[in-house]
Amino acid sequence: MNEITLNIDGQEVKAKKRMTLLEAAESIGIEIPTLCHHKDLMPYGACRLCTVEIEKGQRSRLVASCVYPVENGLTVKTESERVIKGRKLILEFLWARVPDAEILCKYGEKYGIDKNKFDVAMTACILCGLCVRYCAEVKKKNAIGYNNRGAERSVMFFPEIASKECHDCGECFAICPTGVLPSNYAVDRVSHFDWPTIHF
Amino acid sequence: MPRLDSLKTFESFRQDLVAGRDPQKTYITICSGTGCHALHSDKVSQAFEQALEKNGLSGKVGIRRTGCHGFCERGAIVSIFPRDVCYLKVKPDDVPEIVSKTLLENQIVDRLLYEDDNGQKVMHEKDIPFYKSQNSIILGNNRYVDPQNIDDYIALGGYSALAKAFFQMNPELVLEEVKKSKLRGRGGGGFPAGTKWETTRNAPGDIKYVIVNADEGDPGAYMDRSLLEGNPHCVLEGLIIGAYAIGSNQGYVYVRQEYPIAVENLSVALEQARQYGFLGKNILGSGFDFDVAVHCGAGAFVSGESSALMTAIEGRVGEPRSKYIRTAVSGLWEKPSNLNNVETWATVPLIISKGADWFCSIGTEGSKGTKIFSLVGKVKNTGLVEVPMGVTLRKVIYDIGGGIPGGKKFKAVQTGGPSGGFIPEQLLDLPIDFDELTKVGSMMGSGGMIVMDEDTCTVDTARFFLNFLSEESCGKCTPCREGIFQMRKILNRICEGEGKEEDIALLEEIAEVVKDFALCALGGSAPYPVLSAIRYFRDEYEAHIHEKRCPAGVCKALISYYIDPEKCQACSICLKNCPSQAITGGKKVAHVIDQGKCAKCGVCLEVCPSKFGAVTKHSGAPQALTTGR
Repeated sequence: MNEITLNIDGQEVKAKKRMTLLEAAESIGIEIPTLCHHKDLMPYGACRLCTVEIEKGQRSRLVASCVYPVENGLTVKTESERVIKGRKLILEFLWARVPDAEILCKYGEKYGIDKNKFDVAMTACILCGLCVRYCAEVKKKNAIGYNNRGAERSVMFFPEIASKECHDCGECFAICPTGVLPSNYAVDRVSHFDWPTIHF
Repeated sequence: MPRLDSLKTFESFRQDLVAGRDPQKTYITICSGTGCHALHSDKVSQAFEQALEKNGLSGKVGIRRTGCHGFCERGAIVSIFPRDVCYLKVKPDDVPEIVSKTLLENQIVDRLLYEDDNGQKVMHEKDIPFYKSQNSIILGNNRYVDPQNIDDYIALGGYSALAKAFFQMNPELVLEEVKKSKLRGRGGGGFPAGTKWETTRNAPGDIKYVIVNADEGDPGAYMDRSLLEGNPHCVLEGLIIGAYAIGSNQGYVYVRQEYPIAVENLSVALEQARQYGFLGKNILGSGFDFDVAVHCGAGAFVSGESSALMTAIEGRVGEPRSKYIRTAVSGLWEKPSNLNNVETWATVPLIISKGADWFCSIGTEGSKGTKIFSLVGKVKNTGLVEVPMGVTLRKVIYDIGGGIPGGKKFKAVQTGGPSGGFIPEQLLDLPIDFDELTKVGSMMGSGGMIVMDEDTCTVDTARFFLNFLSEESCGKCTPCREGIFQMRKILNRICEGEGKEEDIALLEEIAEVVKDFALCALGGSAPYPVLSAIRYFRDEYEAHIHEKRCPAGVCKALISYYIDPEKCQACSICLKNCPSQAITGGKKVAHVIDQGKCAKCGVCLEVCPSKFGAVTKHSGAPQALTTGR
């Protein structure tokens, strides 16, 4: 039995085994907001913006739709009150990191976020990890990765690899939703890459 | 040592071993667990070796360096068998007296015995109130075993559960027995171990893994460490039995690099188990193959999360992934992988040898067996405590822990590690049980138990734990990374006296979302300290925000020190000791603290002679500056 039937926002959906809730919703035209999802990359489940509420029997819980596999008989609410409350706060968290980022403006307007809820602590990056995964999965170069952890986490170009691989690529620049990557690259290139010593 | 290749050779080996040991031989047992080790138990042990040699007792009296006995507050602990004399706080200098009096003259060194509240001396370890209310079915064996000597474990009945599982039962029966025992995972989640085993067993695939989670990272918690250091074979035996039931031929132990003794004792244990034939091909001639590899962690709290731990074993950065497909089905290298915590594995041999019914007779309806807690903080008897599930918090803190030192009042207890909740005094009669603790907004966690007295500020403590979690969050998912960051910022400003009216509501709003939206259990439980602190100690938060006052007198920005000019005798002691030169005054001139210069270190309060008692600590609006007499 390869076909699975579930209910998303009141509509019955037929989905294939191994599809995710996000894919099943998209197949019937329901859009779920995402920041770290990309059709060419493995699902990552990190931004949590695509969280939806599912009901199984009497129990309801919140799951990330980009990684949760479809199940027979599942009831999914993509815009429940709990979901909206969390999405709004996630966008407000990120707004403090990258105010005015285009993608945050788009979703921010939809969910009516309070742009002044948190003081700005600018990093210009929402840590969606698209660049890191694009470089690893599509280009298979692993030139970009993470530095530090927790609130200190940031994206960096690994000098050993990036100094050899990046100069004629730059494909990750286009995938960056905040547009910060070219300047990150420029900074890392100047400060970390190992340039040959010039003798005068 | 030839490999034990059948049940018969194993049994006769054990019989010879037991027969060769004289139960009347005097043995000096020196606790060499984490706590006692820090109190120089190694030097005590060396002193015994020298003293025995000097007195010509080397061959007649044995020395056994064991793992943790639990009563770490009174280390180093020395027990002398077979009389079972227990000496506490033993220092190398005490050793000659112990040898001459106890060993040569058969007398007791009274001053090293435990003294109860009525001044009565207690000779046997088991009669000390700290141990009396415990039920040490797992940790209790530590005191009889040298962790680097497999024979000690075998003589005690070790590996007989394994033999029973292999030769009297089959994998299905072993699994049924563990399911019937209702054993729940001791690592934090409390998930039924048998159900997890069954999922792994039934998951498709030929290659399956069993894993010991020894990445105990909670501040102040060391029960897994003490088990692995003190009795590694019982963890190993549990793991082999589990592997047999699940159908796995390869195990892993993920242990923190920061536990060097645990790593060493475990490695020795694995080597000895291989030599004896408890690991490797055709274990005890049963046809079952199994071996274990050790993986040392690189020091990340989040790697204790099962999917992150498996990622780390694979050689990548320890980051969790969504477990909508369980690790029991697709874990390490995408193979079915059963992960349990150290204590869970250590419980398995007992369940197999004594039976699920026996195990179920201990504990509550929903939580069976015993649990080891690391009892620390503002409590008289800190140490490791093993009690049956269902015992009340009050019993653990007062009967075993001896209550709060210094005549202070109890304020709260935090169970479950850094992301556990604070439990207030009115809930002290709560039975310790997975579900009961969750109901009041805390959790069992892996068994941390931090006692706080009236001098503890719950705002400041919540801030401390959020700081820890913020540093230990991997940063992958937004709610955990950003939510903890923002909550920490809010708590910082409340502690600094800059809290805003809406901060409590904002903390609650963030906490709810982080709890519901975070990827893994680290983020999912991170808000518990804040939520429970607000739930039970809201007035303390309100005092910080509305009155700019820290009732416990902890938050430096909200306290001030003051010298009462009526009581000050102008003795200059505080003046000389103040590191900030903030105190002025002179001969016959009462001293005054310049609040602008004061660093709030409290030295003046400490050094002011108690007969004067002129220095006091205040919280709230700073005291008006007063001039001298």
